[in-house]
Amino acid sequence: MTTIDATSEVGVDEEPTELRPPKAKRAPFPVYLTVLVVTAIWMIPTIGLLVNSFRDPSDIRESGWWTALANPFDTAQWTLDNYSRVLDEGFSNAFLNTFAVAIPSTVIPITIAAFAAYAFAWMDFPGRNFLFVVVVGLMVVPLQMALIPILRVYTDVDLTGTYPAVWLAHAGFGLPLAVYLLRNYMGSLPSSMIESARIDGADHFAIFTRLILPLSVPVLASFAIFQFLWTWNDYLVALVFLGIDPDKRVLTVELADLAGRGEGALNLLPAAAFVTMVLPIVVFFSLQRYFVRGLTAGSVKG
Amino acid sequence: MSEQQPLLVEDDNAGPPPRRPEELEQEYGLGAKAASIVAAVIIPVILIAFYFSFLFLKDEDAHKGLKVVLAIVVGTVGVWGLYWGVDRLIARLPRAAANAARPFLFVGPAMVLLTFYLIYPAVNTLFLSLQDRDSEEFVGFDNFNTIFTESQYQIGIRNSILWVLVVPAAALVIGLGFATLVDQLGRRTESITKSMIFMPMAISFVGASVVFTFIYSFRPEGFGEQIGLLNAIKVGVGAEPTSWLSQQPWNNLYLMVILVWLQTGFSMVILSSAIKGVPEELIEAARIDGASEWKVFTRITIPTIKSTIVVVWTTVIITVWKVFDIVWVMTGGRDGTQVVAQQMVQEFFTNQNNGVGAALAVIMFVAITPILIINIRRFKAEEAMR
Repeated sequence: MTTIDATSEVGVDEEPTELRPPKAKRAPFPVYLTVLVVTAIWMIPTIGLLVNSFRDPSDIRESGWWTALANPFDTAQWTLDNYSRVLDEGFSNAFLNTFAVAIPSTVIPITIAAFAAYAFAWMDFPGRNFLFVVVVGLMVVPLQMALIPILRVYTDVDLTGTYPAVWLAHAGFGLPLAVYLLRNYMGSLPSSMIESARIDGADHFAIFTRLILPLSVPVLASFAIFQFLWTWNDYLVALVFLGIDPDKRVLTVELADLAGRGEGALNLLPAAAFVTMVLPIVVFFSLQRYFVRGLTAGSVKG
Repeated sequence: MSEQQPLLVEDDNAGPPPRRPEELEQEYGLGAKAASIVAAVIIPVILIAFYFSFLFLKDEDAHKGLKVVLAIVVGTVGVWGLYWGVDRLIARLPRAAANAARPFLFVGPAMVLLTFYLIYPAVNTLFLSLQDRDSEEFVGFDNFNTIFTESQYQIGIRNSILWVLVVPAAALVIGLGFATLVDQLGRRTESITKSMIFMPMAISFVGASVVFTFIYSFRPEGFGEQIGLLNAIKVGVGAEPTSWLSQQPWNNLYLMVILVWLQTGFSMVILSSAIKGVPEELIEAARIDGASEWKVFTRITIPTIKSTIVVVWTTVIITVWKVFDIVWVMTGGRDGTQVVAQQMVQEFFTNQNNGVGAALAVIMFVAITPILIINIRRFKAEEAMR
């Protein structure tokens, strides 16, 4: 996970800050060319996959996706068969499973982290600094460190292969980053505001729910998107704690299984991969601004 | 912290305006007694609800959609209600006691989760790494001995180190270069091209592996047309096709390309915003003094954003060090492509060898501690400047 907090506003699709004079738009030609070439190289793999996913199964096996672009208006070569087959073969079920995993795995840690972050930012208690340093340290502990012991406990209490097992694991693994991000953001809110609320008789719970939470919506959104994408795309945690039982597979597990079948399933792979990618890509493009803010900030502060 | 202030809070959706203090006082002053009675009732109710919903959530036959809805309700309303209920009870305590107890209500649940999911397992893994494959007998450092002497693990460690050297450096150089170039273009072009480079961040490692299947696909000559882009190009110019993923040791490099493809967007976006934070006057002054664009870049831009570069670099290192999915899906660790993180899962999951699996996890952790220390130091320095 990242070690970056969320207090800045700079993002991919955002206007540059007003401090900057308007850009000179006449960059030299080689700059344009380089940017164009790099962008093309970055796009080609995804575009190829997308094109392939709409081709006839035998075409996918027998020729490269670029051959279809020779006559793009030859409609006979385009088909949705791959998608309908993929959805029939477990991917629609896996799609639901992934939702069932990702949404609670996002909601649960946010609630718990928000309370903790408030305490770290605005309450005084013994051990506060020490505990927060522990949180900072836990951000880099590799997931692998936790797998075996937790699976053993889960097996003892008969939790392996259930949704709560995955939710709680994702919540636990996501917490350090969440507490860190939220605490830094909440801590940067003006203290005069909180003090005046205290003087007027509001207690911590009221200040937290009425003042701090509404003001923290941007950082809550950033973390929510980050955690949602992370849990949606996760393979390892789902593989270990939810397992490969066909009924319970999430999308990544289902896709990895399909990829493992080799040539036999080659024609289904592009469509299947797109089914797993479509939602994160939509979320990503529509909420990019928040996502970037979650990533950027602290690192830019220098 | 910083030359530039984070531009926060005031702008965009800061939510509804805070309530006036009088309102707060009213709600929390008069109803206090009633609230604590409600709280005393609500806490056991929520706990019982937790218990039954937990049974329901574990139930294999229960409706999936219902489970999700229930999980969200329990995860928000239930958890929230519990915090509120306990807080109301604490409020009934004498003032000093209440003030002492309240922070622990706020921090407690998070610390419990962290303890169970990260601290306890880390300590436990340490012990497991000193035991045999079934975690029954103490074997000292045998597992580590195995790892450091058997060639398959040595290759894994070597490969992981190569990944950590190559991928973050490549992602940084490409990201920084792209961010610098694109900064000179018009806003629309900049925004669109950056999105395109950044987009792979939304794709899972498994998905990315499938994407690159159609780049690296190989068919021996005489077994049909090449459907992999690279081999089609090679054959097109009259060369022989290459079996990219089994060609040692270069296959490691080809796998690394996938992660570079995924991570460059991350470094590019963060470095790009850092570049925009470099004071314009500084750059102008250098230009007036006759510095070339390259000089401006190496003498002003890079030194100014140095700390951002370090953060991006360490962040990508952590991601790379834990890489598992790409190797697992693309080659399964065959043909000399194994890495530590993937071998760890293989030992523990496929070979059911807890001892070696745990030892590999410990090695992963120990190797990452320098970054852990750097992060804590950086954090403390930032706090000191608050």
